[in-house]
Amino acid sequence: MIKFVLMVNRQGQTRLSRYYEPVELSRRAALESELVRVCLSRSKDQVCLPDFRLVYRQYAALFIVVGISDSENELSVYELVHNFVEVLDKYFSRVVSDTIMFNLDKVHIILDEMIQNGHVVETNKSRILAPLTALDKMADG
Amino acid sequence: LVPPPRLRELIRTIRTARTQAEEREMIQKECAAIRSSFREEDNTYRCRNVAKLLYMHMLGYPAHFGQLECLKLIASQKFTDKRIGYLGAMLLLDERQDVHLLMTNCIKNDLNHSTQYVQGLALCTLGCMGSSEMCRDLAGEVEKLLKTSNSYLRKKAALCAVHVIRKVPELMEMFLPATKNLLSEKNHGVLHTSVVLLTEMCERSPDMLSHFRKLVPQLVRILKNLIMSGYSPEHDVSGISDPFLQVRILRLLRILGRSDDDSSEAMNDILAQVATNTETSKNVGNAILYETVLTIMDIKSESGLRVLAINILGRFLLNNDKNIRYVALTSLLKTVQTDHNAVQRHRSTIVDCLKDLDVSIKRRAMELSFALVNGNNIRGMMKELLYFLDSCDPEFKADCASGVFLAAEKYAPSKRWHIDTIMRVLTTAGSYVRDDSVPNLIQLITNSVEMHAYTVQRLYKALLDDISQQPLVQVSSWCIGEYGDLLVSGQCEEEEPIQVTEDEVLDVLEGLLVSNLSTPVTRGYALTAIMKLSTRFSSVNRIKKVVSIYGSSIDVELQQRAVEYNALFKKYDHMRPALLERMPIMEKTATNGPTEIVQTNGETEPSVLDTKHPPPVTQPANQVRGVIISKYAGLHLCNLYIGIPPMTAYNKNGLKIEFTFERANPNPNIAVITIHASNSTEADMTDFVFQAAVPKTFQLQLLSPSSNVVPALNQGTVTQVIRVLNPQKQQLRMRIKLTYTHKGSPVQDLAEVNNFPPQSWQ
Repeated sequence: MIKFVLMVNRQGQTRLSRYYEPVELSRRAALESELVRVCLSRSKDQVCLPDFRLVYRQYAALFIVVGISDSENELSVYELVHNFVEVLDKYFSRVVSDTIMFNLDKVHIILDEMIQNGHVVETNKSRILAPLTALDKMADG
Repeated sequence: LVPPPRLRELIRTIRTARTQAEEREMIQKECAAIRSSFREEDNTYRCRNVAKLLYMHMLGYPAHFGQLECLKLIASQKFTDKRIGYLGAMLLLDERQDVHLLMTNCIKNDLNHSTQYVQGLALCTLGCMGSSEMCRDLAGEVEKLLKTSNSYLRKKAALCAVHVIRKVPELMEMFLPATKNLLSEKNHGVLHTSVVLLTEMCERSPDMLSHFRKLVPQLVRILKNLIMSGYSPEHDVSGISDPFLQVRILRLLRILGRSDDDSSEAMNDILAQVATNTETSKNVGNAILYETVLTIMDIKSESGLRVLAINILGRFLLNNDKNIRYVALTSLLKTVQTDHNAVQRHRSTIVDCLKDLDVSIKRRAMELSFALVNGNNIRGMMKELLYFLDSCDPEFKADCASGVFLAAEKYAPSKRWHIDTIMRVLTTAGSYVRDDSVPNLIQLITNSVEMHAYTVQRLYKALLDDISQQPLVQVSSWCIGEYGDLLVSGQCEEEEPIQVTEDEVLDVLEGLLVSNLSTPVTRGYALTAIMKLSTRFSSVNRIKKVVSIYGSSIDVELQQRAVEYNALFKKYDHMRPALLERMPIMEKTATNGPTEIVQTNGETEPSVLDTKHPPPVTQPANQVRGVIISKYAGLHLCNLYIGIPPMTAYNKNGLKIEFTFERANPNPNIAVITIHASNSTEADMTDFVFQAAVPKTFQLQLLSPSSNVVPALNQGTVTQVIRVLNPQKQQLRMRIKLTYTHKGSPVQDLAEVNNFPPQSWQ
């Protein structure tokens, strides 16, 4: 299962964090900065840390890091991250680090439609975005 | 009254902060404003305020005062409120807070709401952080939604059911009828989550597993459709139709086929089809192939299919993408024991990976190379591995050196080769060799009787070059102390004997004593070596002088030794030759610890080496001072060799705990036990805690463990040291308590350990 999803920029600032397994607040900050340090220092996109495995992808200045358990297929999660970015692209037209930051609640909603409780629930882009577009219509109307 | 700022404005404001202190100030100000707004029970802006609170929570600031507000938002009728409320609940609450129980009623109502998006929210939140009580209360509603025809809700209900089952395993039966036609759904989202639900049920209950085996044909059909169907724009990812679903189905097939011949046979064809038809040019295809390989290796597949799988892995090794290579090496590591010959065919590719630039790949390649070493390829492999040892990063050197020693011990084609290999390791990576290798090597050298002259000569020459690598220096000093006479008399047969005088040898050893590079342990070795030479060399006076000088050394250990040796010269000179004579051949007891010897096709190989933990210490071990316990006052001389055999203290549910023993010098009443915990199941055991209690006449001290995760499939061990004081020399008994988390559930067990070998407490 997926243990957490993080989006961090190169300075180590967290842009989005979602944990599917309880992790104490105090530990989170340390964990996130260490992750960025590890990801930055390697040229490879896949890495091993004690307790869980990491799959990460870099998109310009943003790192999307997913922590997974041993039973998960890393290459599949790699594709999942890309799928997630494509969904974000579709909704926001152009995704930069700032977009994530200013629309944090919407990104969370999208993430919830894709991953629930540590497992993938939907990968089809239009279906993922359906509730969000409905919400937008409700907010406008 | 000014409306409170929106989330965006807050973020913009915070970004203008130039220091951490400034940011903190801004946030505290905002928190204060939000708090007063909450107190005023402001309904209009609550949503906005909670959103800001969530952002601040993400940055690491406390946000607990917003918990109750989330509940109020959930209870509101507006969808925007509910949305933020549920999000807040998922981020801020978990079952440790009592507040969360208040949500139960809201969730119950929302599960029956008229709008599907609200129902979806409730399902999502329940599935995320519902406690066992909540799950028990609401399981019925979830089950109802599992049977609905609305695919949006059905898929979420399936995952929510997974969470309910995890929290309250007894309720699994309840969801069984709903699963009947889950797989006939067309909607991929539902299919996907249904497969996840079925996987969870099968993993938890062997009855469910046998029950669901009948689904194998249906799963095979679905998979076939995915592969054979043409382009489907809805699910396409780089030309492959819904790879995520394919991977999930393959995983479920793996679980279903695992120990069952019929199921395995039923899926044979489709696995072969997937393996041969999937596009390998993109990562997507490789992801599916990877899962297929894992499945093939796990079920009872026929050998042709297994060879196909290993060949796929072999091809992965040649892929340009380092991720693929990494994944291939990891999988090969898991299968090297069972399909050894097939993996051997790819040995040269694996060895090439040692030269890869990436650190993780190098490590995996190293472990795999060690696993592939056998009697036939030892010379070639060792050449590559020694070359790797020369050029690799320091973080690898210790493990590599230990691995080389282990492999050399098992498969050395000749004693000369063995000693040469050891010399090579000591001279190139001497400072990285683990301290426990020193006694092992000494034992090895002692037992290779015909090589003594050659060994001591080579070690002496190495010492002349470099005295900075402590393990090398220690082994060399010990050898010179033992075989110095052979060195001086030039008896070497294997190579040109060097001309060296007694004085030159003593110069070198004394040099070690004064050098800043020598550690106290090394100095101890050097002093003892000098002492031993007093019975082998003729320049006894020089040795007496050195020994008496060190009788006033600041280092207490050296001082004690020197004083004792002095006493040996003065009062017990008649005993000296006997005490310092040549060491006898030491018996080797069996290796213990995490390495298991697996018999495959007549070859015995070591299993996979740990990444983090050193390979086991062969038993004799620790003290190498070469003196004997004596009853004479003032003369403490301790036993070299304590061969207490290891024992298995506990072996249940895949967790095995072995005890290895040492005696702590100088107090012979203290037994030092090292526990080695290994895990042969498929899932890691986390939060592993080992506790022990002993009867009143003993005292126990537990040192910190090496880690608290016992990795799956015997890939590593957790070690921990226990010191037991046994002044009354009573029979050692122990009660142990083990707690760990396995596959999400906590496990606890108590056991009595009574089978301690007599030597450990006598």
